[in-house]
Amino acid sequence: MNHSLLVVLIASGVAYGTPLLFASLGELLAERSGVLNLGVEGMMLVGAVMGFWSVQRVHVGSAALSLILGLIVAAFSGATMAAIHAFLVITLRANQIVSGLALTIFAGAVGLSSYIGSDLNLADNPSSHTFQPFFPNAMQKWPVVGPIVFGQTALVYLSWLCVIAIAYYLTRTRPGLNVRAVGEAPGAADAMGISVVKYRYVHTLVGGAFAGVAGATFTLALTPQWVNGITGGAGWIAIALVIFAFWRPELCLVGAYFFGALQALAPELQARNISLGPTELWTNALPYGATVVVLVLVSWRGAARRLGAPSALGTAYAREEA
Amino acid sequence: MATIELRGITKRFPGVVANDSVDFAATAGEVHALLGENGAGKSTLSHIMSGLYRPDEGEIYLDGEPVSFHSPRDAIDAGVCMVHQHFRLVDRFTVAENLILGDRRGAGRSFQLRPGAVVDQVRKLGERYRLPVDPRARVWQLSVGERQRVEILKALYEEARVLILDEPTAVLTPDESSTLFETLREIVAEGRTVIFISHKMNEVKAVSDHVTIMRAGRVVETVKTADADAKQLAALMVGRTLETVQRTRTGTVEGDVVLSVDGLSAESHRATTSLKDVDLSVHAGEIVAIAGVAGNGQLELAESIAGLRRRTAGTVRIGGRAVDGVRAAHDAGLGYVPEDRLGTGVAPNLSLAMNIELKSYREDQLGPFLRMGRMRERAEAAIERYEIKAPGPHAEADTLSGGNIQKVVLAREFAGKLKALIAASPTRGLDVSAVETVHKHLLDAADRGVGVLLISEDLDEILALADRVLVMYEGRLTEAPRDDVAAIGVLMAGGDATP
Repeated sequence: MNHSLLVVLIASGVAYGTPLLFASLGELLAERSGVLNLGVEGMMLVGAVMGFWSVQRVHVGSAALSLILGLIVAAFSGATMAAIHAFLVITLRANQIVSGLALTIFAGAVGLSSYIGSDLNLADNPSSHTFQPFFPNAMQKWPVVGPIVFGQTALVYLSWLCVIAIAYYLTRTRPGLNVRAVGEAPGAADAMGISVVKYRYVHTLVGGAFAGVAGATFTLALTPQWVNGITGGAGWIAIALVIFAFWRPELCLVGAYFFGALQALAPELQARNISLGPTELWTNALPYGATVVVLVLVSWRGAARRLGAPSALGTAYAREEA
Repeated sequence: MATIELRGITKRFPGVVANDSVDFAATAGEVHALLGENGAGKSTLSHIMSGLYRPDEGEIYLDGEPVSFHSPRDAIDAGVCMVHQHFRLVDRFTVAENLILGDRRGAGRSFQLRPGAVVDQVRKLGERYRLPVDPRARVWQLSVGERQRVEILKALYEEARVLILDEPTAVLTPDESSTLFETLREIVAEGRTVIFISHKMNEVKAVSDHVTIMRAGRVVETVKTADADAKQLAALMVGRTLETVQRTRTGTVEGDVVLSVDGLSAESHRATTSLKDVDLSVHAGEIVAIAGVAGNGQLELAESIAGLRRRTAGTVRIGGRAVDGVRAAHDAGLGYVPEDRLGTGVAPNLSLAMNIELKSYREDQLGPFLRMGRMRERAEAAIERYEIKAPGPHAEADTLSGGNIQKVVLAREFAGKLKALIAASPTRGLDVSAVETVHKHLLDAADRGVGVLLISEDLDEILALADRVLVMYEGRLTEAPRDDVAAIGVLMAGGDATP
């Protein structure tokens, strides 16, 4: 079965975009509550290594159970990392940018995740269980929708559920209204009896859990093994994606698949023996280049606000009581 | 029985006793004014009533029952709501969404959001209390007056029995203020209680039944408003008799034009406040006031004259010299007392001495080196002359009170060879004694032949000081009759004053 390049690109865009989607959904939740977490890359790596460790070393009945446990462990590890950030910036009111960067350095490719990986000898072994396409083989052979819609792993469908759930939560429920208020005007929220601290902690931690799952998507599905720094900067792309998506979950999905397709472009072309010569370098660098451009564009004064950034993003909240 | 009663409330902050065994009671069906200077403790007291602060000593009673508020939410649940000076609204939400936020009893309390459910209710409340707002409008689209209405609606929606308003008229035009007073009368007519915090005598006289005067953290007296006159109240509030600062006019001013503005236009981030082709001239020794509700282009006017904002058209002359840019304006003899005292007026983390020297250091310092001794002497002289209350020349600017910061700014701006001065809301937020000092210095400056452009929202201030009055509305200036408050009010609201 030979699919056209476009179909394959979209299909692998969805696959490669899934960790970006998970990570950006998590970051979106944290940012909507007013907490900027630049530690995504670090949280992803810890989630990646811990999820991988769980699947390799913790033996449960079946492959499915083992993978589910792996995801839970990854989510829990991501949330634990996020808890460090949450404590620093919410309780101690430290600078969010500094704390987030510190978290990525602490947990990242030359930090905790790397230490765990080498200390537990996780490198150079393929994962004992991996996420496989969810639907039967026959369905994957259907034209166009086969590879794109039915050829994906359970993680992809899980991420779709998450997009719908988060979009509904933010726009249609009272807790969603509350978290938006906390991110926009914490003073107003506090005056109405909404606990700014509680909402920020919960959303930062859940955001970390999403980052952990995003990391595990690499080690358990995309490139099922542990390699130091396996996420390769995906955490940073995810942060840019949130801005790119104007803080809206449904647009995170579009953006994630776009960046995913960019990442898939080079290997796909290579597989078809289409040589781009030096251009290949550019295709590889494209997602990062686009990230830089997006970040520069929205960093222009006032631009972020017009695009829909939560007004209190990046600022600590303290009730004015002395 | 009093609806809300405070007994022996004491609240201490590091180094200050903000409330010192305060007793206060307000009954159902009255507007009770809380009058006092800044720092007299009225805000602290209102924050204790509304649950933001907890008192160190003393009790709060509602209808005779002791209550204890751990958060603003507790107070709201008990029926005590506060409209803060800085509104507690979420700008990006609609009016209805703002009402739903934190709603625990009303139609908006369901897990699923149903803004539609409260829209009708908001409309009805709005009609009943003359608080018209579109429930579906987003708060950022509303004017300041409308936002205040939303705050009051929110309190009514929460079924407040006690409504506390902290300096509510500071952001309103005279017309809006009198509408607000009517609304407040209507609210108390139903047996609710309104506590009205202010430092403006005439408003207190206009709206309240009783007035409690606070000074230095204590209650001085509670009187029936009808039995007190404004002078008496002012004396109680300040603790001494105030001199009334009033311009003694010497007829038309004949001096040279020291500040002239021709066809000045400038951009703003909001379309309504862009300056549109403004002409204006100030003579030596004259005080020209620009009246208007904040946000109609006053900031843009001040900044583009001072050289802080790029002009799109027009010229500014100071002492006959065309200037563009901060340095040029300063060198030509322009002083600028900005509206944003702490952010633009001073460098908050620098010492008082350095702040005073900020503009003149070029003239007599040794190249890149500062003459610290001379700076200190100058600062000490300024502290004495301007009666700045500060620990010394080395005190950091942001440790001073608003009034003292303003005196530091005046000391600096008056130091050079001044020809013209822009004073933008120079007394906003200051207490009565500081206002008096600032006014005196402005009058002194005019007497010395400085042309003063006074930008203010405070009509009393304008009437007391100005030789001529211009009204700014949506970026345009209109000449107003000097003594006709009603006409100025109409112009401020965008109306046409010519009959």
